Amino acid sequence: MIKKVFIFVLLLGVGSIFLSLSDNFKEQKELKGIGRYYAENAADELGAANLVTAVVVTYRGLDTLGEVSILFLTSAILGFILSLKKTGSEDDKQVFLPASEILVTASKVMIPIIFIFGAYVFINGHLTPGGGFQGGAIIASAIVLSILAKPESKISHSFISTIESIAGIGFIGAGILGIVLASGFLDNRIMELGTFGTLISAGAIPIIYIFVGMKVGAELTSILVNLKETKNIE
Amino acid sequence: MQYLTLQNIGFATGFILILIGIWGFLTQKNIIKIIISFALFDTGTHLLLVAVAYIKDRTAPIIDSSVNSANAVNEIVDPVPHALALTAIVIGLGITALMLTFTLKLFKHKKSLDITKYKDLKW
Repeated sequence: MIKKVFIFVLLLGVGSIFLSLSDNFKEQKELKGIGRYYAENAADELGAANLVTAVVVTYRGLDTLGEVSILFLTSAILGFILSLKKTGSEDDKQVFLPASEILVTASKVMIPIIFIFGAYVFINGHLTPGGGFQGGAIIASAIVLSILAKPESKISHSFISTIESIAGIGFIGAGILGIVLASGFLDNRIMELGTFGTLISAGAIPIIYIFVGMKVGAELTSILVNLKETKNIE
Repeated sequence: MQYLTLQNIGFATGFILILIGIWGFLTQKNIIKIIISFALFDTGTHLLLVAVAYIKDRTAPIIDSSVNSANAVNEIVDPVPHALALTAIVIGLGITALMLTFTLKLFKHKKSLDITKYKDLKW
């Protein structure tokens, strides 16, 4: 009872903090500070039509590198924890119920389309809403579908980690090229900026986003595969 | 009626989701439900970030045919909170995946998802 009252009081307190926060919030009438700088200069400086992409990939590119490493850390810790007890119990096979025919047939049609859509989303990250993380998540969703349709199939861990390593090295390599050829780490002006608003534009942003998309897709896939391959309880 | 703006609706939804999340992880006993509460909390913060960025009568920070690129600063919303929301989503995903993994391990250990059965670190 005391616990319930305490929780109620806590929620009431947090709620009143939120109420006064939103009451005191002054609606923005125009862009200020760093947001204004990005809106005024990002299109000319970097040639990216999607300003969020310009912020994420170039102005705050180091943060994106951090994000990708957090995802990598997650998948590494996950693989470590889940594989602690794998040795010694290799002979007991996982048993799967067969997938329904509708799922199996539909997955054959859908998986290539989902893959292409994911690639489209991360290649067009500098023009349209979307980018590496979203595209990678879409590609991982295609893997989910294939795992659901064919639960007994094995996805090679070394293949996933090869893609992940190539993408990671490419990402860092593009960043270091920015130090050599342009003004700093992860600068996208190592190539011609191209015509504003076309697919081949915004310097290295599409290339970096392709690497990010591959890396995120591979990391999410490895999380899924690790979770799937843990032995059934009992 | 002057309170019923798009921004206030965003704030209200975000704050309510956060409150539901806090209520959820304080009261629920099932570990999976606690993880869902954390995910709700996450979603609330994302909505808040987008609501903070909102400016009335403006469009998304993507310069295309609907935005005059010379006058972009007066036609788009703030891009910085949007970039922060992207970061927050990725971190949220990592946290959720880790929590689910630990749950799997806990379940293998005691065959129970009830958080009250785990008293090893309770004092």
